[in-house]
Amino acid sequence: MAKAELPLHAPGTQLDKGYIGQSVPRANAQRLLQGRGSFIDDLRFPRLAHVAFFRSPYAHARIKRLDFSKASKAEGVIGVFDGRSVAEYCTPWVAVLAHLKGIKSPPQHAIAIERACWQGEAVAAAVADSRSQAEDAVARIEAEWEELPVVVDMDEALAGKRVIHPELGDNICFKRELDTGGVDEAFATADVVVEDVFHFGRHTGVCLEGRALLADYNAAEHSLTVYHATQAPHMMQDIFSRHLNIPEANVRVITKDVGGSYGIKVHVYADEMATAALSVMLRRPVKFVADRLESFVSDIHAREHKAKVRLACTSSGEILAFELDDLTAIGPYSVYPRTSGIEGNQVVNLTGGPYRHQKYRAKMHVVFTNKNVTCQYRAVGHPIAVALTEGIVDLAAQKLGMDVAEFRRKNLIPDDAYPYTFPSGIKFEKLSHHKSLNKLLQLMDYQKLREEQLRLRKNNIYRGIGLAAMIEVTNPSPAFYGVGGARISAQDGATLRLEPTGMLTVMCSVTEQGQGTEAVFAQVAASAVGVTLDKVRVITGDTAVTPYGGGTWASRGAGIGGEAVLLAGRALRSNVLDVASQILKADKATLDILNNEIINRLTLETRMPLAELGRVAYFRPDTLPIDFQSELTVTRHYTPRQYGFTFTNGIQASWLEVDPDTGFVRLLKHWCVEDAGTLINPMLVDEQIRGGVVQGIGAALFEECLYGPDGQLLNGNMADYLVPMAGEMCDIVCAHLETPTRQSQLGAKGVGEAGTAGAPAAVMNAINDALAPLGARVTAMPFTPQRILKALGKV
Amino acid sequence: MKAPSFAYARPGTLAEAFDLLERHGEGARILAGGQSLIPSLNMRLSSPELLVDITGLAGLSGIESLPKGLRIGALVTHAQIERSPEVKRHAPLLAQAAPHIAHPAIRNRGTLGGSLALADPAAEYPACAVALDATLVIAGKKGERRVKAGAFFKGLFETDLRPGEILAAAEFPPADKAVFVELARRHGDYAIIGLAGTQAASRKRFVFLGAGATPILAVNASKASSLEEAREVLGKDLDPPADLYHSSATKLHLARVLLERAWNKL
Repeated sequence: MAKAELPLHAPGTQLDKGYIGQSVPRANAQRLLQGRGSFIDDLRFPRLAHVAFFRSPYAHARIKRLDFSKASKAEGVIGVFDGRSVAEYCTPWVAVLAHLKGIKSPPQHAIAIERACWQGEAVAAAVADSRSQAEDAVARIEAEWEELPVVVDMDEALAGKRVIHPELGDNICFKRELDTGGVDEAFATADVVVEDVFHFGRHTGVCLEGRALLADYNAAEHSLTVYHATQAPHMMQDIFSRHLNIPEANVRVITKDVGGSYGIKVHVYADEMATAALSVMLRRPVKFVADRLESFVSDIHAREHKAKVRLACTSSGEILAFELDDLTAIGPYSVYPRTSGIEGNQVVNLTGGPYRHQKYRAKMHVVFTNKNVTCQYRAVGHPIAVALTEGIVDLAAQKLGMDVAEFRRKNLIPDDAYPYTFPSGIKFEKLSHHKSLNKLLQLMDYQKLREEQLRLRKNNIYRGIGLAAMIEVTNPSPAFYGVGGARISAQDGATLRLEPTGMLTVMCSVTEQGQGTEAVFAQVAASAVGVTLDKVRVITGDTAVTPYGGGTWASRGAGIGGEAVLLAGRALRSNVLDVASQILKADKATLDILNNEIINRLTLETRMPLAELGRVAYFRPDTLPIDFQSELTVTRHYTPRQYGFTFTNGIQASWLEVDPDTGFVRLLKHWCVEDAGTLINPMLVDEQIRGGVVQGIGAALFEECLYGPDGQLLNGNMADYLVPMAGEMCDIVCAHLETPTRQSQLGAKGVGEAGTAGAPAAVMNAINDALAPLGARVTAMPFTPQRILKALGKV
Repeated sequence: MKAPSFAYARPGTLAEAFDLLERHGEGARILAGGQSLIPSLNMRLSSPELLVDITGLAGLSGIESLPKGLRIGALVTHAQIERSPEVKRHAPLLAQAAPHIAHPAIRNRGTLGGSLALADPAAEYPACAVALDATLVIAGKKGERRVKAGAFFKGLFETDLRPGEILAAAEFPPADKAVFVELARRHGDYAIIGLAGTQAASRKRFVFLGAGATPILAVNASKASSLEEAREVLGKDLDPPADLYHSSATKLHLARVLLERAWNKL
């Protein structure tokens, strides 16, 4: 029999699947649960100094005078610094990208100089022996301010009567228009046109662990080591290097355990750059851990949008066209280096996304205001685009008197139409909208639920069903940031090393934020090489150790990092078999690796344990042929390139009850059917989706950063800013389809943002479905009791 | 969010406590469960010189049956009230209210006395105390005095307690019927609006929380002879202050909804 015809495996074995698709527990869960995690605030260094920031109490004010005389003399104080002194060590930045044409933003400094542009912007830093002493010093800083006129309203910002940055000419950071042509004709000939305006509250991602870093400058070698709770260590290495003028090779960023990120920790924060600069200035380690109050005024916010959307369709329910006009406000600066233009850009790209109409026109403005900055937060733009699309789709179905599921079925892009180009220009490789819809309706027993809804209405119980079909950007290619000039890597790498003991060490450039990335890499690596999971150790988050890569964002960890691990694992497996072939003097094609042993792949007979192979390869290579060198460390990289993004699809449903007397919403059940391609660890996938759904429900029902007319944040604490809590949540049922991407061998797409993308739309549609018999409708998130009561005409 | 430095004392007797309070005057704050005080220190909203921890004082704890009603020591925690069979039997209003107070971790440490003495108008116990016409027992250097709950709550975070005094206990007379209802967007939050309702000898008392600077006894609604009348006249009783999310009108509407729900249960 020729080698190529040898069966791959003996019958019954699953060498090719291994741990992929199995819900094995995460290796790091036990460590975290035993309190042995290592977060930034757990680190204790000799001569460690702590910084606290003096933040502007005004939304817009000129700094007339800062007096540090009392603060400098406070107990334990090492130094108090203003923006000018820090600027000597840290250059400012401008957050623009070349592919977002016309985007503009003024230079931003690590500590504001001359002027504060939002309440909470740091204008001075006090460094002391303890955080408490640093806070004491901050309380002793005396400042004289000249209040400046504020711009807090989006429409006012767009109108531009007052311009926040006069040198920019207006308050418009970025605008975009898109027109496929034929839109006016479509609307003119349509049987039905529906239109509505939707508002989305500004909110933020609340991480268990606040933003944190410990910067340790070593003057002896002009090197900087930053322990940083970040999603992108290599990006931060580059940025610390360029703005602090330290050679990149001398900057090391180490990311140990991180207590949640959700996009909050992928940006450059002025106070974090200042912390690093202070370490250089003081030649000692300096730590900054944002407390909860300063997190609310300095962590990025997101999602403040007002959008008008129109839909044209035929009387038989065929969608002809979408039209969108979106306005979003981002605070006084575009956030570095990803910019604050991306969220609005995504709304334009994605609105109408699941449907097969061909006419689309969109207009979008991103404006500056005197509020905290906004930028990319979990599901960037998707919750807006999905709510706009699904909200207007429901309205159209309602107007036609069609069932909302049927209306979707009529218009979703057919499952056999791929590859497919959406009117906004984005390309879909392979989606499964119809299979997903069918699975969802079956899962939730849609017909029975409709019957129950009708029955209960007779008893004045108002329950609603809301559907939300969605598409999501995952596994982004360099088209996301790299092409715009940002030094953000779209490729990631993995190094796998077989140790002499037969253990497998995995080093990957994608980081662990608490979501289980390392567990997924261990599963892929173990499966690719042929070892059991207990033999695998994973190292992430150290620029001095792992291959270079982008890190964790845009649902890319498993799809991109996982593929790099898989490629490295397959190469290592081959290299190990080369060694085995030499030792055993056997044909490589007859050998394989299973359960930490070299086996005969036909008989499954054990030939030698990997530990024995390791011993020979590392300590007795003298016994191997003179022209043979073992290679038991392998590095591979992966970049998705065929498509700009590996789109996934899914559909969610919400079932809830509205109390028309109180305006309260009680969630009863939530479903999510998602197609994320190959599932590596279904349990982790389900929990990603559930966590994401809960954050989406937060947007729909609870979370909003409320600002007063003077630009003051009114609810910047955990009592007044309402994050969703377990008590108000319902069961969230997850189900999956698996349409692997053919761009990679692993076939995994991203899943981290799906829940957040669709949940707000599903909840909104369910509330409006419940309110429909009462003639009420709500379109401003979050749907507070007051907003619902107002819609009902009760207050 | 680190508290400014302060001194701490844990007196063993009431006399020692009075001494400390007298010596430090306004610079001293009484610490019991610490569930409101400690966060306010961490947020640097207050900076006392001295915290006088009263949790070591004898005589301020325990739940005791009286010939008519129940005496609950100031140091009794929300969790103890929630679980106490005596409270369930003799002061069911408190048993109904306790689970609405924040979350288990807070209920394990927060105390009845702390909640009454802080006099947060959105808190549950002050409204319950007024609804039940409770008597508050106040210990001072010169002895004990007793004040009716209705007179104890004087304004926003303001009570009849004088400098140097310690709230020792509250005595709750029995009611024939009691109902506690509140509306909070998340369980455990301060309510948008809440209602403690009682009926004793066929006289109703409706006391609202979150409806003003103090617990508000709805005088007119309590006297009404029908639900319709009670709903109507509630507008004369309440002028609730708006909060971050709800206007005064919304809160009044919700108060009427609660009134109806309570009325139907009494």
